[in-house]
Amino acid sequence: MISAHLLVLQVVLPLLAAPTCLVLARRPLPWLIAATVSWASFGIAILLLHRVLTFGTFSYELGGWAAPWGIEYRIDPLNALVLLIVAGISSVVVLFAKCSVEHELDPNKSHLFYSVWLLCLTGLLGIAATADAFNLFVFLEISSLSSYVLISLAQQRRALTAAFQYLIMGTIGATFLLIGIGLLYAMTGTLNMADLSQRIPAVSSTRTVAAAFVFITVGVGIKAAIFPLHYWLPNAYCHAPSAVTAFFAGTTTKVAVYVLLRFAFTVFGAEISLGQFLLNYFLLPLGIAAALIGSTVAIFQRNVKRMLGYSSVAQIGYMVIGIGIASSMGLSATVLHLFNHAVIKTALFLSLGCIFYRLGSVSLTDLAGVGRTMPWTMAAFVIGGFSVIGLPLTVGFISKWYLVLAALEKQWWGLVGVILVSSLLSIVYIWRVVEAAYFNAKPTANDTIGEAPASLLIPTWVLIAANIYFGVDTRLTVKLAELVSSTVLGVSPP
Amino acid sequence: MTPSIIATLCVLVPLIGAALIYAFGRHPNIREAATLVTAVTLFALVLSLLPDVMAGSQPFVILAQPLPTLTLALKVEPLGMLFALLASFLWLVTSVYSIGYMRGHDEPNQTRFYVYFAVAISATLGVAFAADMLTLFVFYEVLTLSTVPLVTHAGTNEAKRAGRIYLGLLLGTSLAILLPAIIWTWMVAGTLAFTAGGILSIASPMSIALLLTMYIFGIGKAAVMPFHRWLPAAMVAPTPVSALLHAVAVVKAGVFAIVKVTVYVFGLDLLADLGARQWLMYAAAFTVLAASLVALRKDNLKARLAYSTVSQLSYIVLGALLANPLATIGSGMHILMHGFGKITLFFCAGAIAVATHKTEISQMRGLGRRMPVTMTAFFIASLSIIGLPPTGGLWSKWYLALGTLEANETLLLGVLLLSSLLSLAYLLPIPVRAFFYKAADNGHSYSALEAPFPALLALVITSLGCLLLFFYPELSYQLMTRVTGRAS
Repeated sequence: MISAHLLVLQVVLPLLAAPTCLVLARRPLPWLIAATVSWASFGIAILLLHRVLTFGTFSYELGGWAAPWGIEYRIDPLNALVLLIVAGISSVVVLFAKCSVEHELDPNKSHLFYSVWLLCLTGLLGIAATADAFNLFVFLEISSLSSYVLISLAQQRRALTAAFQYLIMGTIGATFLLIGIGLLYAMTGTLNMADLSQRIPAVSSTRTVAAAFVFITVGVGIKAAIFPLHYWLPNAYCHAPSAVTAFFAGTTTKVAVYVLLRFAFTVFGAEISLGQFLLNYFLLPLGIAAALIGSTVAIFQRNVKRMLGYSSVAQIGYMVIGIGIASSMGLSATVLHLFNHAVIKTALFLSLGCIFYRLGSVSLTDLAGVGRTMPWTMAAFVIGGFSVIGLPLTVGFISKWYLVLAALEKQWWGLVGVILVSSLLSIVYIWRVVEAAYFNAKPTANDTIGEAPASLLIPTWVLIAANIYFGVDTRLTVKLAELVSSTVLGVSPP
Repeated sequence: MTPSIIATLCVLVPLIGAALIYAFGRHPNIREAATLVTAVTLFALVLSLLPDVMAGSQPFVILAQPLPTLTLALKVEPLGMLFALLASFLWLVTSVYSIGYMRGHDEPNQTRFYVYFAVAISATLGVAFAADMLTLFVFYEVLTLSTVPLVTHAGTNEAKRAGRIYLGLLLGTSLAILLPAIIWTWMVAGTLAFTAGGILSIASPMSIALLLTMYIFGIGKAAVMPFHRWLPAAMVAPTPVSALLHAVAVVKAGVFAIVKVTVYVFGLDLLADLGARQWLMYAAAFTVLAASLVALRKDNLKARLAYSTVSQLSYIVLGALLANPLATIGSGMHILMHGFGKITLFFCAGAIAVATHKTEISQMRGLGRRMPVTMTAFFIASLSIIGLPPTGGLWSKWYLALGTLEANETLLLGVLLLSSLLSLAYLLPIPVRAFFYKAADNGHSYSALEAPFPALLALVITSLGCLLLFFYPELSYQLMTRVTGRAS
């Protein structure tokens, strides 16, 4: 009975829990609700993934209305993976949030925080689950609006500017997406993605559809922080509360990349988006620029959170390069990196959260001597750093292996060079942090600092362990990525 | 225990040792005992594999499967056996030496030092027993990372700078050149397993030549110029690190990987037909001579030894590139012979530093009277590096020279001989001045003042090893003939 409705519960559960947090505002109830719901979503996501892998794609009709009229939720291997990422990251980070949020935020606002957190989770899960283009926009707005709030809840005043900047950019992006979806509706008379994909080829040569494609791509590009639309990301990551940064780093851009994949390969289809609109020819140079410029700019940052923000821009560049290669191997690399980068960056931002908890700062100068005072935290950061660089036995290595393989398959030596140069640059910025933490003498004022509490360290290390586990045992991730690129995205070389 | 389990244990035992060392960090005596017990156990384990390998079996075990059709696996073959024997035996000796050195020098953070040392040895054994190129790469990177804290042990600005060069060059070359070479190999050959006779076929000589170039320069630990700077930089580390890691484990892991690649990935037959390897041989020959010349001009003893190592490593690269059985045998034997010789020299340098706080060669006149044992050992080891009897160094040079003749490379033979003369010029003056010159500062004679006993014991053992290898080189020769398939 319940199992038939699992798919909708995935979205409805956090949606209903969000206002509950407001009612049951006595601490620690809101956190308890958020944590329980997150873990329940995670459980559901695992069940859904299992079901997709055993029985194949399946869908759910909201309110019993059949597909073209009602809203349809549809799960295939791609969004099952995205649901798993979002729910999984939220579950781990919410454990971290309890201690961190109490410390960083006004305690009287914590029920608001968890309520908005759950809304954001709803939005992100909804984007992934739905098979209806307009419904996707609605969920995108839910997640965006709540993420502006989450950022602005930080106590530094600069968070407000960062949130405002993100709000402007995010709204432009969402509006573009809406315009694009509207144009498609005008041309085809449907909003269901499967329906759209059948009707678009008949009208694909019209200018309206071309305009829709451009609006959607640029709109999603802003949300995904694809270079040069990444401007909002480093600031937002830098000033948001630690837990929020970690949550966003693992989810929002990943979901946006998912939307890009979904529109390009399901709604428009590979033949139109690659063959006719030449999406790959636009994305490849952008991805290359992101990988090189993002990594280079990261080297010059003094604030480690901002540094990792630019590193994220570069890593998103890897995903974009994978799409730009436009081969089945390239898309496998993109999907793999979607998962792997979520695990890498969330782990890193969590370890920074531990440092912020003790030091109240994550600037390089303040990090002096942290290697001695917080050995476990810094060890986590170093391992996460190895993963960013792409050293073997970490997930970053697996991503890079596939990306380089995809480039070699096409004999694009220049691209291989770009990927490798970018990872060399990442050695530099990770090493700067290591030097600051282990070699620079600690200021005397920091004598009382100890290791972060276990409630922060355990979630951090859970993700670090995931970094290593999925770097050694890739059966799940590689199988999923290959399944996605062969069945869902169905790309053949143009 | 089956041999494959023993092979796995060889990688695990040093890690267990590292955990023990960490656990007993507050009790130096128990901690050092843990190091010694681990080292003895490891050597016994490696030794117990020897009969199987001599009998021709190659124990194989799969550790993990990170990518479909790609495994992390161990396989004990003769060349790896030779390297593992060398590394595990010298770790035992170095552990003895370290105790004397680290205590004599009052080094801080000794527990950290021993822990990372053990991890590095584990990685070295992993490199030695790697069954395929991916496994070798994984352990190669672990070796780089685990030695960084050892290089930067002092924590000074100089150490920090050295750490940057070390990490930048080793990690940089391996990620930017070696990794794409491995992925490319996998794409072309469909496998990365080390196979007798090689896995590549000569479809297009251009790309094979490019691939070989990428391997030779991508394996930065082999220190072929221009990627050699990390080795002199690493000399800022405590002497036991320079001795074992930067004369034996790390650098030999590099040249070992190159020999593995030439024998088991390309295959000697394919390589012999490849015209482009000529240029790589000249690059190696250039490194041999240029590094010798630089060594001549270094007054700091450890720096001179480091450049000598750079030069000697390229002998092995050269031997591997000559691609005939004799030269390959020479390369394999040189891994062993140079290991014993160079570790002795570093032990001596450390002993001198501990006993007299002297690091510059110009200060070492007349030192033979104060440290007769140390300087005698230095003399023997110098002979071995130069390749003179009665030391083991003779044999490896002998086979390398035969290899150049077999390949009709008289020019390279000239390079080898010239380099031997150069090494004579930069090594022998040190013991000669120590014994026959008077100390510069004053005339009165010193009584003997040797380094602490454990350090002295270690350098006596390794210098005796240099002599013994002259009389008993068969084991290494037998192992290497099994690698090249040449009847003994």
